[in-house]
Amino acid sequence: MNKTRIRVLVGKPGLDGHDRGAKVIARMLRDAGMEVIYSGLHQTPEQIVEAAIQEDVDLIGVSVLSGAHMTIFPRIKELLKEQNAEDILLMGGGTIPEEDIVSLIEAGHAEALFTPGATSTEIVSWIKSKLESSKEDVV
Amino acid sequence: MSENFLRWKAKYDAQRERKGPFFTVSSVPIDPLYGPGNAAEIDYERDLGNPGEYPYTRGVRPNMYRGRLWTMRMFAGFATAVESNERYKYLLSQGQTGLSVAFDMPTIMGYDSDHPRAYGEVGRVGVAIDSLQDMEILFQDISLDKVSTSMTINAPASIIWSMYVVAAEKQGIPAHKLTGTIQNDILKEYIAQKSWIFPPDPSMRLITDIFGFAKENVPKWNTISISGYHIREAGATALQELAFTLADGFAYVEAGIKAGLDVDDFAPRLSFFFNSHTDFFEEIAKYRAARRIWARHMKEKYGAKKEESLLMRFHTQTAGCSLTGPQPENNIVRTAYQAMAAVLGGTQSLHTNSMDEVLALPSEKAVQIALRTQQVLAYETGVVNTIDPLAGSYFVETFTNQMEEGAEEYFRKIDELGGVLGAIQENFFQQEIADAAYRYQQEIESKDRIIVGINDFINEEKDKIDLLKIDPEVERAQVNRVKALKQSRDNIRVQTTLDDLKVAAQGSDNLIPKIMDAVRAYATEGEMIAVLKEIFGEYREQAVF
Repeated sequence: MNKTRIRVLVGKPGLDGHDRGAKVIARMLRDAGMEVIYSGLHQTPEQIVEAAIQEDVDLIGVSVLSGAHMTIFPRIKELLKEQNAEDILLMGGGTIPEEDIVSLIEAGHAEALFTPGATSTEIVSWIKSKLESSKEDVV
Repeated sequence: MSENFLRWKAKYDAQRERKGPFFTVSSVPIDPLYGPGNAAEIDYERDLGNPGEYPYTRGVRPNMYRGRLWTMRMFAGFATAVESNERYKYLLSQGQTGLSVAFDMPTIMGYDSDHPRAYGEVGRVGVAIDSLQDMEILFQDISLDKVSTSMTINAPASIIWSMYVVAAEKQGIPAHKLTGTIQNDILKEYIAQKSWIFPPDPSMRLITDIFGFAKENVPKWNTISISGYHIREAGATALQELAFTLADGFAYVEAGIKAGLDVDDFAPRLSFFFNSHTDFFEEIAKYRAARRIWARHMKEKYGAKKEESLLMRFHTQTAGCSLTGPQPENNIVRTAYQAMAAVLGGTQSLHTNSMDEVLALPSEKAVQIALRTQQVLAYETGVVNTIDPLAGSYFVETFTNQMEEGAEEYFRKIDELGGVLGAIQENFFQQEIADAAYRYQQEIESKDRIIVGINDFINEEKDKIDLLKIDPEVERAQVNRVKALKQSRDNIRVQTTLDDLKVAAQGSDNLIPKIMDAVRAYATEGEMIAVLKEIFGEYREQAVF
């Protein structure tokens, strides 16, 4: 059976340019065998969702260090819904306080959020647990 | 190698060495022992010099901290000008000796608070400044001839600085009395921090316009803070931080000379900004090497004659990227070591990070501990009693030399790529930094590098600390303020000044007086940036990872 590779869009929404995390994650996922597209900087949620659909990704991962996470995650989810692309998962990382993580996850504004110090093992195994079973069905 | 050294080496090799690796935070391997053999080439007069004497390895002043302590300058700013003004007055009342303004992302990127792209970001990572009105509020009841103010602003530096100078004018304080610093370092934005607006050429023009205007009108102002801080935060090693920052510095010197300025007219106002990471001796070697390289190049390559042109004066901030989310109180300890390295390296001013900055903007309590860390360092540890106490250490001098040699090697590579702008276009810096950041992360994951609380010594329970929250109402209040301003001001005057600015941008005259006219008319930052974008265009990067 030929397994399709997991496709990920790593996005950097908002005006902030601190891209160290986004780039390290992008490379980490690539090394883990995924196909990674990096959006580049200063993207609007609209641009990210459009790219995700165009590139037919399984997952969007966004890095937010600007404190704007409470508006960015809900907005991306809302746009995915509008575009009938709710099957695309959304994960994120950055300087996000625990309290906000809980409320974003509970409200369904993201599937998983990671904070500084998260390891690639943690992130990769989360992605695989979510996506590998569904991938095997697609032949 | 001397017989003496070999004798010791034999004994060392006969004993067990614990599992290393023995390398710095930048992955530089370190020998078990340094001795006279390592530092044999050092000539005191040529390579060190006394403090305040060429090549300034030991410090830029003859008396250093015996004369005056470093400026304790905590970077702060959040919400709107009203809240930040209160924080500044609090910090000044706590014994802080200089102000340092953090702006929010829309201000940094040249958008007004009511622009759609500003949505959700107003007042989040710094203070929102849209017009002269906000700048006046920001410094209300703070006399601008009594404080020195550092402003972390780059792409729109010409506009924000003009607002500051005009706000002082409104307080009745003439420009020549103002002291402070604007970051104004666009090259490191293309390289690392990525908050650019215009392409390189017009950006460099705005910078040299500031140099020229300040020389005539605001002579005590540091017109640029050439920054390694962000390069390091993006993942660079200590050596890369040193080399890329100095290369940027030389690029500004060359731009100033090319714009027709005499090197000695602007070089004395160039200042620097470095990171201080946790690897103690590596940081100290970096600062000492930086002063020596700068002095040597300024004198020998650029022909500077004035002593002040040779002096590398710098601000330091402890490493935000070294802080950990888990067990955040440990960050107080990291910051304290980093602060000591900066002081032993001879910094002129210092910001110590608060323990909670990895999670949010700092709370007042966390900021106070960070400031107290500097005060303990200054008044209790005794490291300030004698100047450059590590000089002559076999290890520190060897490491300082190694830093200088490594930097020269990088300068050659950058030259081969056509200088800093050429190297940016080739993605040279960006790739070097991304590679170093990735290597560092891999070292942590493989546990070759231990970070307390991250990959060892982990607490199962999550620590809870109180974090500062920005009320979402802040954004609405600021949006309303700028909208109201746009209604109430003399819009004909605004339009005239913006038209004048546009015409001037097409020519080659110094733009600062035109920007100041628009500022006086209460034109907003976003309006001025929009006019300049029409003429200058916008920068786009080809991202690499």
